Amino acid sequence: MSTQDNDMDEGRRRFMVSGSLFVAFSLLPEVNALAQEVIADEGAAVHVAKETEALAGSLKTNPLLDAWIKITPGGKVTVFTGKVELGTGVRTALLQIAAEELNMAPSLITFLTADTGLSPDEGLTAGSHTIADSGSALLNAAAQVRGLLVDAAAKRLGVDGALLNVRDAKITAPDGRAVTYGEAVQSVDLHRNATPTSPLKDPKTFKVIGTSMPRLDIPGKLTGGASYVQDMHMPNMVHARVVLPPAYDATLLDINEAEVLKIPGVVKIIRNGNLLAVVAKGEWQAVLAQRALSAGSRWSPGRALPDPNTVHRELKTIATQHIEIANTHAPTAPAVKTLSATYIKRYLMHGSIGPSCSVAQFENDELTVWTHSQGVYPLRDGLAEMLSMPKEKIRCIHVEGSGCYGHNGADDVAAHAALIAVTLPGRPIRVQWMRDQEHTWDHFTPAMITEVSASLDAQGHIVDWHYALWSSSHNERIVNAGRLMPATMLAKPFVSAPSVPMLQPEGGGDRNAIPLYSLPNVHIMNNFSPTMPLRTSAMRSLGAHTNVFAIESFMDELAFSAHTDPVEFRLKHLQDPRAQDVIRLAAKQFGWPRAPRQANHGVGFAFGKYKNLMAYVAIAVEISVERETGQVRLEHVVAAVDSGQIVNPDGIRNQIEGGILQSSSWTLYEELQYDTTQIRSFDWSSYPILRFSAVPSSVKVHLIDRPGSPFLGSAEASMGPTAGALANALFDATGKRLRQMPLGGDGLRRQIEV
Amino acid sequence: MIQLTVNGVQHALDIDPSTPLLYALRNDLQLHGAKFGCGLGQCGACTVIVDDRAVFSCLLPVSAIGNRAVRTVEGLGTIDHPGTLQKAFIEHQAAQCGYCIAGMIMRAQALLDRTPHPTEAQLREHMEPNLCRCGTHMRILAAIRQAAGLVDDSTVGSARPDTGASQ
Repeated sequence: MSTQDNDMDEGRRRFMVSGSLFVAFSLLPEVNALAQEVIADEGAAVHVAKETEALAGSLKTNPLLDAWIKITPGGKVTVFTGKVELGTGVRTALLQIAAEELNMAPSLITFLTADTGLSPDEGLTAGSHTIADSGSALLNAAAQVRGLLVDAAAKRLGVDGALLNVRDAKITAPDGRAVTYGEAVQSVDLHRNATPTSPLKDPKTFKVIGTSMPRLDIPGKLTGGASYVQDMHMPNMVHARVVLPPAYDATLLDINEAEVLKIPGVVKIIRNGNLLAVVAKGEWQAVLAQRALSAGSRWSPGRALPDPNTVHRELKTIATQHIEIANTHAPTAPAVKTLSATYIKRYLMHGSIGPSCSVAQFENDELTVWTHSQGVYPLRDGLAEMLSMPKEKIRCIHVEGSGCYGHNGADDVAAHAALIAVTLPGRPIRVQWMRDQEHTWDHFTPAMITEVSASLDAQGHIVDWHYALWSSSHNERIVNAGRLMPATMLAKPFVSAPSVPMLQPEGGGDRNAIPLYSLPNVHIMNNFSPTMPLRTSAMRSLGAHTNVFAIESFMDELAFSAHTDPVEFRLKHLQDPRAQDVIRLAAKQFGWPRAPRQANHGVGFAFGKYKNLMAYVAIAVEISVERETGQVRLEHVVAAVDSGQIVNPDGIRNQIEGGILQSSSWTLYEELQYDTTQIRSFDWSSYPILRFSAVPSSVKVHLIDRPGSPFLGSAEASMGPTAGALANALFDATGKRLRQMPLGGDGLRRQIEV
Repeated sequence: MIQLTVNGVQHALDIDPSTPLLYALRNDLQLHGAKFGCGLGQCGACTVIVDDRAVFSCLLPVSAIGNRAVRTVEGLGTIDHPGTLQKAFIEHQAAQCGYCIAGMIMRAQALLDRTPHPTEAQLREHMEPNLCRCGTHMRILAAIRQAAGLVDDSTVGSARPDTGASQ
């Protein structure tokens, strides 16, 4: 724990409710607290009732057991989660958790994800919260349901419950008599609140949790099954495409309606203010009509965009909210050396391979929307406001989409589908954005600038640390209709709710801005801009990618300055034994410290505990640099991860591997192109990302299991450490400190030539 | 009428000859494997095999296919009887969101059909046109190496029941 954490007021530590999140820290020894006590989301405030605040995970907000688990008298077991599958494998992992505590084979359970007509409301699937929140809820709900059923069976059989054997929904007495879950449930009312304690199994007896159960969704995806919302076909379905303005706030002046209506298959043109769409019978017909409509529509100029060369400087002016997130003091030895540095991150995009898509149908005054949104309930509420419809008349059902990595166009395209569907009652409408729309109308991840300075004493200890960051919003989630882009374009436009900073301890732009290291004097400022030069919102790890990049690069500089090995330097400044464990494991598996390397090769090391609340990740990398071009290739990676109790080892590995590769693409190669009139990254050639030629030779992920300790979210945990390790390896390879992302390419070449 | 032979089955489709193959496959033949990604031939999510070559089906008009045979991921195997590459992808759990994967498999199949045992350099060069945003590349390559009978030591490996405690 950092000094900052120790200094926190006890009441604040216990339950912290802010504008956008609710967090409670565990006060119990970890072995007694398998349930993770964090409930937090981007998006709207999460309210927890006094009587449920002691419950595990999302049971705090959805305490009824039958919101999670339903058992019919016939014995059919259905388990619900309010989270969604974003391609991370959580559907499988959550099923494993429920199956473990229900003592059932996973194949016997029907498992359903978020649907406002069926599932509990767990807000958004974001922030690596799923296993911590929904998993903890399911673990405890399943254990409590099993306990209730066993009690009922014990009564029925006249046998002490402790003597009963439970397996695959059958409760058996030593004499062979048995009661099924279906029979037992007839004398149990599951429509009751969960209790703070659960008859949890001993983790040593786990048979499903901790195994690499293959993902349920993968075979279908590899064999052409209809796996995604993009794959939905419904009788009578028509296809829509939208025309989006060429710039923010551009006004639609004129369209070539008559011409477009003559195109074969065209059913309808929808124009409402600046919202423009065309519906056709066939999908290709809709694409052709969209091209014609796009080419024939005239728009006023939009608002000017910032100059990419000055946008970071301007951030300092528009960041008008100055939030002090750490200010601690302790006596130290005198400082003998002070270093300082400035780090830059440019706008990046989510870049889903499949453009956003939604299907909607309006029938009998009821609207159904099939969506790959991360939050079906927030979306439903936003749609209800946008359409002036009662919430009960709208049902949002999650269907998988292409990986989103955060707040991309999923909600916006669902709003398009809804707006079009209400003009064509009875017809299912499928809308998919085109590639240029997915690129240019993304909620980009914000440009950031951070400044750090720190001093060392004569023994090479850090004695003070000053850090400040400037960023616009990482959290423009759907808290009102105005957060849905199409709603802002209507003739009677909705206005977005004001941008507000996410608060510590999870943070937004300031996520992971407080180092986990033990630092005696710390001052950290989050400077938040309530205005957005470009539309921005949440992308995988939010500000943590940049903050950990900065912190870990700077730790490397300090270690170098202190003539200490960077791994040793980190260990010296860490008290958390689990942090030390992942660092030691990664170093050992990598063979740190490395002997001298070939020319233009470098190694680097970095560490982070995601949000200082979730998974611990240490990463060592080896890179190579082509001096003539500045091209950087990540060659070898070793990572060590502590995610608490591991649910699915291969699932965690897959996420960490993916995070390392994605973060290396962000960190080395990516940069949104724009000028003062337009976003210029409209396809993959104007926004290049990692390709196979640059993929590492090896990425080895080692896991530390902590049976019985809380689940710690992992999916976003490797983004920051990867960036830090790359920067440090570049220094090792070139002798240059690269502090502006993207680190590779021309910028690096120019630095090398200096 | 457009004649198309897809996965060995002949179809006659009454569609606009300019329709890209991708839309015919997905909407007229209900074959969902190939995906719309960019419509520009830049990402490979729509990759299928025409004759013996991996092509971007989002760019190829159905009228340009003629008698050439079209193969999609559905033609390699089924969920109950996956083909060699599909099986290797399942064993390596080589998908995250999976949206790009059918295209990846078809591009890899085109390589292995011609070059059953490619070198690592050939493999990477061949896969270069296809994008994955989840960062599943390590597993995609590992799965193809397995199907091609090549040595793979790129990851810790999903087969090993690593429970950590390896300190």
